[in-house]
Amino acid sequence: MAGLSLELIGLQLFTGVALGAVYVLLAIGLSLIFGMLTVVNFAHGAFYMLGAYCGLWLMMKGASFWLCLIAVPLAIGAVGLAVERVLIRPLYGRGIDYPLLLTFGLSYIMVELVRITFGNTGFPVDTPELLQGAVDIGVGYFPLYRLFVIGVTAVILVGLWLFLERTSFGLIIRAGARDPQIVRILGVDVSRVWLVVFGLGTAIAGVAGLLAAPLQGVIPEMGGPILAEAFVVTVVGGMGSLMGAVLAGLLVGVVVSMTSLFAPEMAKVAIFALMAVVLLIRPQGFFGRAGLMS
Amino acid sequence: MSLDQTSGALPASTLPRARLVAVARQHRVLLAALFLLVFPLLVPFKALAVMILIYGLYALGFNLLFGYLGLLSFGHSALFGTGAYLCGIAIVHFGAPWFVAIAVGTASGVLMALAIGALAIRTRGIYFAMVTLALSQCAYYLFYQSVGWTGGENGLRGIDVRTIGLFGAKLDFMDPLTRYYVVAGFVIAAMFLLSRILASPFGAVIEAVRENEARARASGYDVTRVRLVTFVLSGGFCGLAGALLALHLSIVPIETLHYETSGLAVMMCLLGGMGTFFGPFVGAAVFLLLENLVSVWTVHWQLFVGAAFMVCVLFFPRGIWGSILHWLER
Repeated sequence: MAGLSLELIGLQLFTGVALGAVYVLLAIGLSLIFGMLTVVNFAHGAFYMLGAYCGLWLMMKGASFWLCLIAVPLAIGAVGLAVERVLIRPLYGRGIDYPLLLTFGLSYIMVELVRITFGNTGFPVDTPELLQGAVDIGVGYFPLYRLFVIGVTAVILVGLWLFLERTSFGLIIRAGARDPQIVRILGVDVSRVWLVVFGLGTAIAGVAGLLAAPLQGVIPEMGGPILAEAFVVTVVGGMGSLMGAVLAGLLVGVVVSMTSLFAPEMAKVAIFALMAVVLLIRPQGFFGRAGLMS
Repeated sequence: MSLDQTSGALPASTLPRARLVAVARQHRVLLAALFLLVFPLLVPFKALAVMILIYGLYALGFNLLFGYLGLLSFGHSALFGTGAYLCGIAIVHFGAPWFVAIAVGTASGVLMALAIGALAIRTRGIYFAMVTLALSQCAYYLFYQSVGWTGGENGLRGIDVRTIGLFGAKLDFMDPLTRYYVVAGFVIAAMFLLSRILASPFGAVIEAVRENEARARASGYDVTRVRLVTFVLSGGFCGLAGALLALHLSIVPIETLHYETSGLAVMMCLLGGMGTFFGPFVGAAVFLLLENLVSVWTVHWQLFVGAAFMVCVLFFPRGIWGSILHWLER
């Protein structure tokens, strides 16, 4: 282990945080949607993929990355709104498995439609010019774009927190998560709240896809593996807990980057081992309430 | 409400159709065996009939968990794939005879189910689907990376079984019809076993847990244990199906472990009718026949899979066989 300096470990730690940022964005959308609607969105990975392709398409049409950062969440959120309104709403009250199965089928359709439009092979995505290069962060030079990913994630998290904690609509969302029936009795249209939450969750997934695109390129199947990893994050953090999603997302990102430094062949398996340990010690996850799922 | 629990003699005053259904239900495995004898004559080619048998058995094992116990697993590809790989490894790396390989495949499906089940059972409800999916993804990577044993991305090749020795007779496994009947023998035996399990007191407990977990617990049943045992049984059926797949294809593609293979079991079960005995088989048959037809004129078969999924969930939750049963029992 001669080549492993403290600096290298420090840099790898930051790489892990940047990777974790993408996990956080996915897991927070999953958690938000589950917390309100008790729907596990199996199409979340497909929305992530759609966000990446939407950005790619806009950039091919000449749009800047910055415009995409605004347009992609709006577009993917709109798709999410339509999906909730048309497909998921008829299934409320029909058992928890039905929306799950529906979104699973939906993900097949989304992936296949992207294959028809863009072909089976993937595309590389350029890092925006302004964000190329690296900056000295004390322990060494770190790619600027990854810092940007961390920054955007932080901004989204703060914005989401302010929205949920400081606005009256956020208050309704929190109340709706705790007891939708009472909220309905108080005269609030809960189905409208659920619609917004689903749109919000999918919009965040779209941004995550856009942010990940320059890091790893885009390919129609990119949503599958990351969905499994986002599930690990949600299980580790505790379903329905935003705090849990953030901490577990960063932890999983760091675990992946550290194992790829010390034992590259174990990198893919390490996070599942982490999930197994958490399940054995604390089945409800870090911040999950015991009995919530029963 | 279960579609499958009436048994025994009905009063003579009931409709003749209902009585016929009840008698048919009592001898369901016998009738299925008779049907499977002539089945290859009804399908365009024999290899497809074998695939329907294998995937039917796979979906049957999945249905034990999803339809009868009410637990939705998205990790059954791990059980199916482990059965296929271990059966193949026994033949390719250890030169095991075919019956040993099948036993190894089935046993490995059981062990994999025990490992995944022990972890996933600790969570409940909606977590279960997520944890099983994640763990099957873990199994995918493990087999993918063990290139020396599994061939990695290229799949495990060289599972070369040409003759099947049975009670001194040598059967030509390369002959499609012989191959069909060998596989059918295993599938009918598995069906018989499953039918016995479901008709046993334990089968009643399985359905009790699905219908009302709290009441089953209050009646003194260890619900967690029932779930784990059912998951492991399901793993045995899926492992056997995987082993038969390895013998039939003489290669195990890595896609066997892909989560879309898990989705396949869910799809077949949903299409045929979950919680019905023959639903998964009907689902597997319809699915594979359609796949054969549709993929002739488009490569985008997945579009139809997704659409079928959504149509079944939204408008057709009983499935094909479930609807037929419902109509018969009116």
